[in-house]
Amino acid sequence: MTAPVLEAIDVAKHFAVANSLGDSSVVRAVEGASIRLEPGRITAVVGESGSGKTTLARILARFYEPTSGVIRLDGVPVAGDGIRKRAVQKAYRKDVQLIFQDPFGSLNPLHRVRHNLERAVRLHHHGRSKAALEERVTSLLERVSLTPASDYVDKFPHELSGGQRQRVVIARALAVEPRVLLGDEPISMLDVSIRLEMLNLLDTLRREDGLALLYITHDIASARYLCDDIVVMYAGQMVEAGPKDAVISSPQHPYTKLLVESSPDPHRDVAADRDEIFGAADELGEPPSLIDPPSGCRFHPRCPFAMEKCTTTPPPRAQLGDGRWADCWLHEEGRADELSGSTMTELITRKLTEERR
Amino acid sequence: MTMTRTRPGDDTAAATPSEIVLDVDGLSVEYAGAGAPVRACTDVTFQLRRGEILGVVGESGSGKSTLITALTRLQRPPAVTTSGHVVFHPQSGEPGIDLVPLKPRALRALRWTSLSIVLQSAMDALNPVMRLGAQFVDVLRVHDRSMSNAAAWEEARRLLGLVGISADRARSYPHELSGGMRQRATIALALACRPELVVMDEPTTAVDVVMQRQILAQVLRLRREFGFAVVFVTHDLSLLLELADRIAVMYAGRIVELASAEDLYRTPLHPYTRGLRDSFPPLHAPVTRLEGIPGSPPDLRALPAGCPFAPRCPAVMDRCRDILPPLLSHGDPDSPDARSVACHLHDEELIP
Repeated sequence: MTAPVLEAIDVAKHFAVANSLGDSSVVRAVEGASIRLEPGRITAVVGESGSGKTTLARILARFYEPTSGVIRLDGVPVAGDGIRKRAVQKAYRKDVQLIFQDPFGSLNPLHRVRHNLERAVRLHHHGRSKAALEERVTSLLERVSLTPASDYVDKFPHELSGGQRQRVVIARALAVEPRVLLGDEPISMLDVSIRLEMLNLLDTLRREDGLALLYITHDIASARYLCDDIVVMYAGQMVEAGPKDAVISSPQHPYTKLLVESSPDPHRDVAADRDEIFGAADELGEPPSLIDPPSGCRFHPRCPFAMEKCTTTPPPRAQLGDGRWADCWLHEEGRADELSGSTMTELITRKLTEERR
Repeated sequence: MTMTRTRPGDDTAAATPSEIVLDVDGLSVEYAGAGAPVRACTDVTFQLRRGEILGVVGESGSGKSTLITALTRLQRPPAVTTSGHVVFHPQSGEPGIDLVPLKPRALRALRWTSLSIVLQSAMDALNPVMRLGAQFVDVLRVHDRSMSNAAAWEEARRLLGLVGISADRARSYPHELSGGMRQRATIALALACRPELVVMDEPTTAVDVVMQRQILAQVLRLRREFGFAVVFVTHDLSLLLELADRIAVMYAGRIVELASAEDLYRTPLHPYTRGLRDSFPPLHAPVTRLEGIPGSPPDLRALPAGCPFAPRCPAVMDRCRDILPPLLSHGDPDSPDARSVACHLHDEELIP
């Protein structure tokens, strides 16, 4: 195992929220999350909205101070107990850059591409000459395949298409020569036909520059296309992780199984009956509130495998070899083979029918 | 050349009018602006069969949203329907009604009872200060004045039950429901008056994949039960391939290919359709490097002279740059598997 560039160990983030009556409560957005990003490796975090994946990216980008837990850059703790916040900021930004979902909102609309890029170069590399700046901006645009650079450098963001804008955003992130890129749904606002170019670009950056990449998405198929490892989050917690193909082809947590089976796959055997594909998926349940999450395993209210202890005790982490793990009692109970049987839709429907009887 | 154009009221068409619920013919929509008007939708022609799910797929700027606001007459200035017909054929066998010139009063009578719409954002479609049930009662009693208040509440609870929302939720306000529940409620609301046609504009884009699957399973089940036809608009071709009977692919305001979901997947005829299909990485099949479609969608204000896809097309020929290929039927236009494509690659095969 290579040494990680950026590592989060057991981080949590709680937000205090007040309701209209002034009562405050705590949203447990992320709890017990650990992740390691290695050079030249892409790790995907997948999950539904509200699963905590964006909060995790923002903790790693140091937008949020974690409520508890440690973040290490090159093995040196940068967040956690006894660390003064201000001291590390700028150097940290030079190493770790975040790419947002919305390329329309993340570039200054009043300034040309040149200004947007030069600013990042100037802030982190003092005293560059004008010619050197120009050269740097050109090479950044070329790096993200906006060629010839002269066609783009004097344009305003609104003159670019969504895909071009996201490339400029990536170029700006690269301006400081970071070692870690955190992509928070970087392609989900782009048109389908240009998403692949963006994924291919991220892949090139990983291979040629050895960047460590975190790819946050709700689209499992794109995660499989781009990444090496997948981490699945549910209701603020990580529930399963491992090499991408293993996680997708044989999920070891019931939630992963539900997520994979629910995702559209255009290359599924189209001869399959449509009603069969959708099944009787009438009531698959919804993620819980993070203010008062369910006791025990957070997935248990929706889980067709749920046992008595799932409702009371959080499941232990089952290590499954080859870097795979899953937080589920089925492994402890020797019932893991049940995960490869019927679909979740069938199981949930069966369970609901039995309950109604 | 075999062109399957059904003029309104033309009984010699491929399908008899009773099998067709919506007949869209030569529909064009323009946005008036400071400069020359921009055509967002050009010469759109298709027929929707009774009980069918027709998917409409396209990228941003393809005209798909403009198309459905024009179909449902929900467009607002500066959008103007400049030509074409949208003829609705009631199941009762009464003569078709052209929605384009229809007076607001007559249009209002058709809405909800014959044709309804489900929008992308359920929060915008529901009234935030009315209890959920009351919004159903409102719709039900406007369209059936003889219905008592109690009967309408009873019906509201039954309709919510159809989409798996328990009856006690009828007293809730929209903000008390989850996003998925709200979207299911708008679907139940759209079905309240048993319409023959439901237009759905990206109804699952704002919800998660698990909820998406659940909502679509319910739509399919309800359609089996009630037999309504659906126009389902989305940017997600991978979803339509699983859901729709037929799919219309739009590019730069025009339909460039129309075929059954299976034909479209197995043998896409238009290079854009092929590119779009190959833009979705597989979930289970082996991963190979995919390229998507180079370039970006065209600017509708400055469309190229010939085929609007020509600048991005891997199979572009000389004539593509000069002559706009019309949407022509491919194969037997009278068969139920009829398909059509607008591409010069298929010119020879199309000429009888």
